Amino acid sequence: MNSPKFAGDPLVAVRNLRVSFRLDRQTTFDAVKGISFDIPRNSTVALVGESGSGKSVTSLAMLGLLPPENSIIDPASEILFGGRNILGLSMGELRKLRGAEISMIFQEPMTSLNPVFTVGWQLEEVLRLHVGLSGKAARKRSVEVLREVGIPEPERRIDAYPSQLSGGQQQRVMIAMAIACEPQLLIADEPTTALDVTIQKQILDLIADLQKRRQMSVLFITHDLAVVGEIADYVVVMRNGEIREQGPAKDVFEHPKDTYTKALLRCRPQLERRPARLPVIDDYMHGSGPKHTEERRRGVAPGDAIVLDVKNLGKSFYSREGLFGKREFKAVKDVSFRLPKGKTLGLVGESGSGKTTVGLTLMRLHEATTGEAYFEGKDLLSMSPKEFMAYKRRIQIIFQNPYASLNPRFTVGQILVEPMQIHGIGDSAQARTDMAFELLDKVGLPEVSFYKYPHEFSGGQRQRIAIARCLTMRPDILICDESVSALDVSVQAQVLNLLQDLQDEYGLSYIFISHDLAVVKYISDEVMVMNEGEIVEIANSDEIYRDPKKPYTKRLLASIPKGWQGARAAD
Amino acid sequence: MATDLAALRGTRAPTAREIPHTVSPGLWTLAWRRLRSDTVGMVSLVIVAAFILMMILSGAGLIASDWNREVGVNYAPPTFLGEEATATAPASITLPGAGNAAGATQYKSNIVDPIGDVIEALKAGKTPGEAASTGTLPPPETAEEKSVDPLAEVMADIRKSEASKAAAKPVERKATLPFGGDKWGRDVLKKTIKGSETSIFVGLAAATLATFLGTVFGAIAGYFGKWVDDAFNWFYSVFSSIPYLLLILAVAAVLQQKGIFTVILILGLTGWTGVFRLMRAEYLKHKSREYVQAADAIGASNARRMFLHIFPNVSHVVLVQLSILVVGFIKAEVILSFLGFGVPVDVVSWGSMLNEAQNELILGKWWQLVAATTAMAILVTAFSLFTDALRDALDPKLKGRAGA
Repeated sequence: MNSPKFAGDPLVAVRNLRVSFRLDRQTTFDAVKGISFDIPRNSTVALVGESGSGKSVTSLAMLGLLPPENSIIDPASEILFGGRNILGLSMGELRKLRGAEISMIFQEPMTSLNPVFTVGWQLEEVLRLHVGLSGKAARKRSVEVLREVGIPEPERRIDAYPSQLSGGQQQRVMIAMAIACEPQLLIADEPTTALDVTIQKQILDLIADLQKRRQMSVLFITHDLAVVGEIADYVVVMRNGEIREQGPAKDVFEHPKDTYTKALLRCRPQLERRPARLPVIDDYMHGSGPKHTEERRRGVAPGDAIVLDVKNLGKSFYSREGLFGKREFKAVKDVSFRLPKGKTLGLVGESGSGKTTVGLTLMRLHEATTGEAYFEGKDLLSMSPKEFMAYKRRIQIIFQNPYASLNPRFTVGQILVEPMQIHGIGDSAQARTDMAFELLDKVGLPEVSFYKYPHEFSGGQRQRIAIARCLTMRPDILICDESVSALDVSVQAQVLNLLQDLQDEYGLSYIFISHDLAVVKYISDEVMVMNEGEIVEIANSDEIYRDPKKPYTKRLLASIPKGWQGARAAD
Repeated sequence: MATDLAALRGTRAPTAREIPHTVSPGLWTLAWRRLRSDTVGMVSLVIVAAFILMMILSGAGLIASDWNREVGVNYAPPTFLGEEATATAPASITLPGAGNAAGATQYKSNIVDPIGDVIEALKAGKTPGEAASTGTLPPPETAEEKSVDPLAEVMADIRKSEASKAAAKPVERKATLPFGGDKWGRDVLKKTIKGSETSIFVGLAAATLATFLGTVFGAIAGYFGKWVDDAFNWFYSVFSSIPYLLLILAVAAVLQQKGIFTVILILGLTGWTGVFRLMRAEYLKHKSREYVQAADAIGASNARRMFLHIFPNVSHVVLVQLSILVVGFIKAEVILSFLGFGVPVDVVSWGSMLNEAQNELILGKWWQLVAATTAMAILVTAFSLFTDALRDALDPKLKGRAGA
């Protein structure tokens, strides 16, 4: 581990970096356990790992941004930047280094830009502080940089406030601020995770382009190997604060040596294949490899029984304008589809396409403006709330964020028993408790979970609890609203496997809403593409990915990160 | 789907009792653990608890129930000053009757008799019976002229009964008292204890009332939004646009009678606004959280979502607000009583003690003032520190962030 293999005189050399955090007086937590790697000049190094792997801590240490009050950096650690140890620099020296020679882009452009200053003001501030430009010169340079990162009409946009720009443009502004002083190292911490797939593609292209043009080095931090495959020269794989594998991208992707790297490469759904079960990390770490290799067949046939028939669904939101005026915003326009029993309908689209609104409207968490949804011959949307109560449990939803969708003050037992109480399922408290235990077992959680609180579980486990809560009501339809998007790749595979098992066992129908096209492709029988509240295309999932009919679908599919193999095939 | 239920029930799961488990610490347990490691918080909690215990004991009549008895000489100085210290005490202004207060044997002459003054005045002025008919001032009567003074007989009776009482049970009046004595020779220590009963009870009860009103209104306004929110906001704006003291005086005027419960009502009805704003904001924030949407999805009713799901998640805010209000209302009661709008004359509170003290201070009798203010200062400071510690212990933002 102590012999980085990259050739030449590196720009940054990390040696034996060891960082721990003080949790309370007695306990500390080792976040990074003595790692060493190099960032060569004029290259892109990807630092890959799941949450808790220590990748972000490493990048913060490089900028001297770790909170001094609770972080401990081992005195033997070194981060050499052009021969100087960053860890030994004073605050003043660090400040000079940051922005001028090392700069950083963060995950959330919305929160990284100051909302009360114009884009131009914030850019000029960087130039003023680090280059000493001011007035007209700073403004001229700002416009140039904005043009370089691909902001249309930079002369006009320079006076815009961050809120007047789209998410993709905000991230471009962040990049502009980061490169304004021509740094030698750009640290990008998950810069595309919060963005739509089409914008992700643009930003990745921009970063790759800037790297080449400016001859700088990029440290690209991400959890997504597919993204890494497209842009990285070198890959460093981290897990639990240790480096599992590092080397040139070609070696890591084509001949991964470490079992964890192998597992990570396999457990993400791939576009070409659809195994009956996705391989999970444990298959590799504790076993001899993936167990199920046969393919699963997906797709709908014209004769399939229909469980939900949605016709002309529309939803408008109104915002107040002026004193009495109202402005209508049509989130969903005239959407019709049929959900076959026991099948999965994938719903894809960029943010703002109305896909989540469709799900919430069907559950009547939002009231629909127009349209009908027939379930067992009755229109769910027009019946009275009292009547709907009987149907409420039949359609259930699993939300995106498992950290937010469970009440933190309820034990898992209370969470599971409550819906049964409300709907009068089970004859007695004992019967309900028994069923809760049964379901915990079904979703793969130990029985003691019954007595614990949600905060004691990891993200994947919490999503299992949320799934178990839905199952207590024995629903016919399950709406998964970005249900696996917030999870790590390995955990995502486990939850997807669980969802498929439940579908096989209970014949559940899923409406699977996601922006992740690879996941949707994997789990769906039929895919519906939405844009600006309208259906663009609806077809069998294999078909739509093989032969998209509409230009929008084509564009969407073209922006899926292809990973190492895809990128290599293109060469 | 009925078959699935049968399938789920087919095999009996272990019941709740069979599984060995440790109950995970909930939020309150964790908060208590954090609070216990906070030295300042614990010390202040002990002080507050001591005051509340004092209040309960006093309310039950176990201590300080005889606060109204005149056990010392009037203006008996605190014990540590000693008897003769009176002369050297800052009593530079000498008034008749004040100088020889120390002599326990001379107490009879030192008693300030309000009726005696009236009698004196009557004697000096006119006698109701004859003054009207003759129009001339009668000569000063002697005690023997019983026919002239209509009250003379009554007074003689009173004097006689008092004399017999004194003879039967000679009252031993103390020259000094631990915290000193007041104008009537009542023990200031006991008055302070009895006063704490009123002040703390008023503070706790009024804060509970105000917090209850503010929470319910805020929950309804924030949760339902739309016109309900508008209505409550209008109500709130009207309430908060009236100057605070004027509002209190208006409510006091409407309620007509004086008493502890009136004070509680006044403070409770006027103090809910701050809690309302805060709870409304909390409910606005929480109602769009995913866990509340999830509760909606499983069919939980509005009331269930408001009070079973959201309330436990905002209850720490309520608790902190409650303790802030207690401090504020203890002070408010003192101010009201000081101004004379508070508790009635026959009830002692720290406020009424301060009210009395303003006259005594002219005489250099500072101990009642010091006793009441010190007690209040200790309680209010301890309560404020406890509130801070409570907020730190309950603030979920500090939780689990260290290793993130």
